[in-house]
Amino acid sequence: MFVSYKWLQDYVDLSGVSAVELAEKITKSGIEVEGVDVLNEGITGVVVGHVVERVQHPNADKLSKCQVDIGQGEPVQIICGAPNVAQGQKVAVATVGAVLPGNFKIKRAKLRGEESNGMICSLTELGVEAKVVPKEYSEGIFVFPQDAEVGTDAIALLNRDDEVLELGLTPNRADCLSMLGVAYEVAAILGREVKLPEIDVQPVTEKATDYITVKVEANEDNPLYAAKVIKNVKIGPAPLWMQTRLMSAGIRPHNNVVDITNYILLEYGQPLHAFDYDRLGSNEILVRRANDGEKFTTLDDVERTLTSDHLVITNGTEPVALAGVMGGANSEVTSDTTTVLLEAAYFTGGTVRKASKDHGLRSEASARFEKGVDPNRVRAAGERAAYLIGKYAGGEVLEGASEVDTLTVEPAVVSITLEKINNVIGTNLTVADVEAIFERLQFAVSSEGETITVTAPTRRGDIKIEEDLIEEVARLYGYDNIPKTLPIGSATPGKLSDYQKKRRIVRQYLEGAGLFQAVTYSLTSEEKAAQFALEKRDFIRLAMPMSEDRSILRLSIMPQLLEVVKYNSARQNDSLAVYETGAVFLANGNEALPEEQEHLAGAITGLWHSHSWQGEKKAVDFYVVKGILEGLFAKFGLTESVTYVQAKVDNMHPGRTAEIHLNGERIGFVGQVHPTMQKELDLKDTYVFELSLKAVLEEATAALRYEAIPRFPSITRDIALVVDKETVSGVLKDVIQQAGGKLLKEVSVFDLYEGERMEEGKKSIAYSLKYMDPERTLTDEEVTKVHTQVLEALKTQAGAVLRG
Amino acid sequence: MQERLKELQQEAIQKIEQSSSLKELNDIRVAYLGKKGPITEVLRGMGKLSAEERPIMGALANEVREAIATVLEAKQKELEEAAVLEKLASESIDVTLPGRPVKVGNHHPLTRIIEEIEDLFIGMGYQVAEGPEVEQDYYNFEALNLPKGHPARDMQDSFYITDEILLRTHTSPVQARTMEKNQGKGPIKIICPGKVYRRDNDDATHSHQFMQIEGLVVGENIRMSDLHGTLEIFAKKMFGEDREIRLRPSFFPFTEPSVEMDISCMICGGHGCNVCKKTGWIEILGAGMVHPNVLEMAGYDSKKYTGFAFGMGPERIAMLKYGVDDIRHFYTNDVRFLKQFSKHE
Repeated sequence: MFVSYKWLQDYVDLSGVSAVELAEKITKSGIEVEGVDVLNEGITGVVVGHVVERVQHPNADKLSKCQVDIGQGEPVQIICGAPNVAQGQKVAVATVGAVLPGNFKIKRAKLRGEESNGMICSLTELGVEAKVVPKEYSEGIFVFPQDAEVGTDAIALLNRDDEVLELGLTPNRADCLSMLGVAYEVAAILGREVKLPEIDVQPVTEKATDYITVKVEANEDNPLYAAKVIKNVKIGPAPLWMQTRLMSAGIRPHNNVVDITNYILLEYGQPLHAFDYDRLGSNEILVRRANDGEKFTTLDDVERTLTSDHLVITNGTEPVALAGVMGGANSEVTSDTTTVLLEAAYFTGGTVRKASKDHGLRSEASARFEKGVDPNRVRAAGERAAYLIGKYAGGEVLEGASEVDTLTVEPAVVSITLEKINNVIGTNLTVADVEAIFERLQFAVSSEGETITVTAPTRRGDIKIEEDLIEEVARLYGYDNIPKTLPIGSATPGKLSDYQKKRRIVRQYLEGAGLFQAVTYSLTSEEKAAQFALEKRDFIRLAMPMSEDRSILRLSIMPQLLEVVKYNSARQNDSLAVYETGAVFLANGNEALPEEQEHLAGAITGLWHSHSWQGEKKAVDFYVVKGILEGLFAKFGLTESVTYVQAKVDNMHPGRTAEIHLNGERIGFVGQVHPTMQKELDLKDTYVFELSLKAVLEEATAALRYEAIPRFPSITRDIALVVDKETVSGVLKDVIQQAGGKLLKEVSVFDLYEGERMEEGKKSIAYSLKYMDPERTLTDEEVTKVHTQVLEALKTQAGAVLRG
Repeated sequence: MQERLKELQQEAIQKIEQSSSLKELNDIRVAYLGKKGPITEVLRGMGKLSAEERPIMGALANEVREAIATVLEAKQKELEEAAVLEKLASESIDVTLPGRPVKVGNHHPLTRIIEEIEDLFIGMGYQVAEGPEVEQDYYNFEALNLPKGHPARDMQDSFYITDEILLRTHTSPVQARTMEKNQGKGPIKIICPGKVYRRDNDDATHSHQFMQIEGLVVGENIRMSDLHGTLEIFAKKMFGEDREIRLRPSFFPFTEPSVEMDISCMICGGHGCNVCKKTGWIEILGAGMVHPNVLEMAGYDSKKYTGFAFGMGPERIAMLKYGVDDIRHFYTNDVRFLKQFSKHE
């Protein structure tokens, strides 16, 4: 809502309060003023001029040579390029030395050899937005009415010596979609009176009911419809002051009748519609639901197909307006109109919202009906419009109105105790303080003891419950005046849950290991949604996606993380290590919410280890990533619970991928991205992992218990084994551990050889075995005995022989 | 014989002093003090001496031996030290060459902001509550006083999956769920961070997915002044002790009275700049007293219980705090961007 500071003074005395001060006060007490536009900012030296002579420029077809009286003795010569400049016009002249918006300085100049002493201005040149300039002046200069006085300030005459406050209205404050509503608000803030607009209709003896009958079939959608009739109207321009007020509020002037309905819309917040009575084709108004498939052409010349959801105004048979949204081309006021039927009605918000949404027609009118107009202002708005049409369009207002009225208006009466107010706000107000606030708002207020009863006027439809009263008190008392305290009462322990704590540990660990945290989108494409999923489920698809790329909820983080790798690789960030924790979404049928499983995924590519000037360089490999995971599982005491099983996973390298099992359950995978996919994404070798973080973090962690530091020495035996190439280390280690029993404390691989010195199909793998007894020093014989058992077991169970 | 010994002493000491290596020194030791050396030889000739002369000469010979040995030892120490210094000198390195880098990653900037806020409120007795990102219309809207057809639903164009299920448009449903779970009892003090989704086209200031962090306190005597005090602590801890706050009335369907909080601009200190659009104030969060309908729907007696809630956007905070100019940076994850958030401040 745009509020003209000058116009507002019709209703509230603003003396001593500048526009900027007013804006600050309004903002602090409830409605955000998003800006204050100084309309004449950077404009000086523009006066009203009289074009006493206009001739063709001798050297240019499109220019006129004008002699313009600017009230300074002899007329001055001005060259003008506007097509509509004509002798006898009163125009806005930027004189020599004037400044126009954009710091455009007017100087004496020669145009095609002819002297020019100023510029005749269009409205846009004076800072008016092009979309509100009246159509007849949109391609040329603006022309004042003939009574404009030569030499006077043109900017003042155009009401541009004004400031406009732009209100950012929240949905509850629809009352301020009108100048009167804003006036009540400002009056409450300043503690001043509201002055209502003048209505002084002198009706002729004919009655509106002689001209028109009104029937409403849909009373629920349209509880009040009043039709007034004004005859002998002369369509022409509205008075300049009205046009300029409309323009400042963002509405383009058309003609006196249409402008008056728009003016009332702004003044009262009540949309009105003017029909050409003679074009109605009947003397009847029937308001009804449209028939399904009924056709109707709105005044923007678009044919609309209606449904029974839509409310229409008809002439008894044919629609003449889409109620509260837009009138029809068939009954529009034109320059030939002489009798006007003026509609002042109350349409319910839901009805208008449905129609404006279905037809993509949002207008100043529909916005007001949708949010709810003041039911008590409907008739007054109609009367005031009729009065203005009588006054400024030369019409004769017929007596009364033809009406259907089934509207019951009960103002809201709300009681509240002083204690409640003070308890919720945290203040020590008195009954008198509170009453004073409601009096300033012009709400009827009474009190009995400490109970305060407030009757809210119908213009404030947002006031219904105690809390609405508390809000009014708080905002007019001033939020900044509310004390600053902290909640008292029983203390609550502030802490993270175990799960949340562990999640933070995961992040810290991975970052300590060199990975950066990424955050990617949950929505992905159909193609990617299926990739790398640990579980195959139905896709969860948006009903109305904005694009195919963001249409399905992810089943895996990996495709998004590979996008991150791709994005970085394409920007020379060749070595990259990233991880992400976040939900993946597993469908549970159409009715239930999906299961959201928190996953952890990582991707590493390029050099893992490098120290350039020392000539060290090592690319990431499977074991780098596995080592990171092993460290992670060790953090939660899960080393023994996790196994890695060679496996084939879609889009992963078939020979370099393992499934991760936790207590025998598959929870994720680790390995190299399939070379085909790497090629598709233009990636270097990229090693990745993804697992259910939920599964890991929900696994109970055993309590930490101290283990005595061994006091006795250990004995280490190294063995090199020759085994079949297919025999995996994990199996050998299991055999060793089983056979080694209690005394075997540690087994570690320290060498792997698969080179040409080995027999075909064989490899050598070497282990270091550490034996120890925490209670005593082991003898060589004892160790040898166990070690022999180990070697025997390796031979019989894994076909491993000692390398000679 | 006496002269011979003195001569040998002088000769040996001279040679020792002239020697320049440990090897040379060792040769001198062997030559003079060894079994085949001249002193031993002199002593061997003592048989020819009288019984009176013998102990005198013996003593003298030992004296000479010791004198040579002392000098020799001193020289040896000197040479050894020189050798160590020479070795150390040869081992010296260029200390200005770069060290071996330690590979360390860091939090995403949004996580950094969220954890900072979490920790601040944990310190004030809050717990961190989480909830599903795919929500029922009931928890996302209806339980928050936004019944179907409510005009304020226009304010948040949503990604629906079915008529009843959608991607949550704010983290407020976590508040509704937490209240419901507490079955009408207080106190509740929670902070709810998480991802939320709205139908916005991605550009420099909009993202269809973004983060939100909300707080909720419900209890028997929760006042708007408590909200005021809490928000002031938050603003000062998060944006600096010299920040001032300003509360403005606003409207949200789930709170009444509703509040928007501005902080004095951290860029210009409130004098007016481009970041604060010359106002000196920056809007940072929305808040208010929990609407009685919301309390009642979650099973609380709104006559007995009151509460406050607040919500903010970590992206906006990160953009203001770190001067990030495009919201898309948070989701493209360019490592040159991510890396910049490792530093402690």
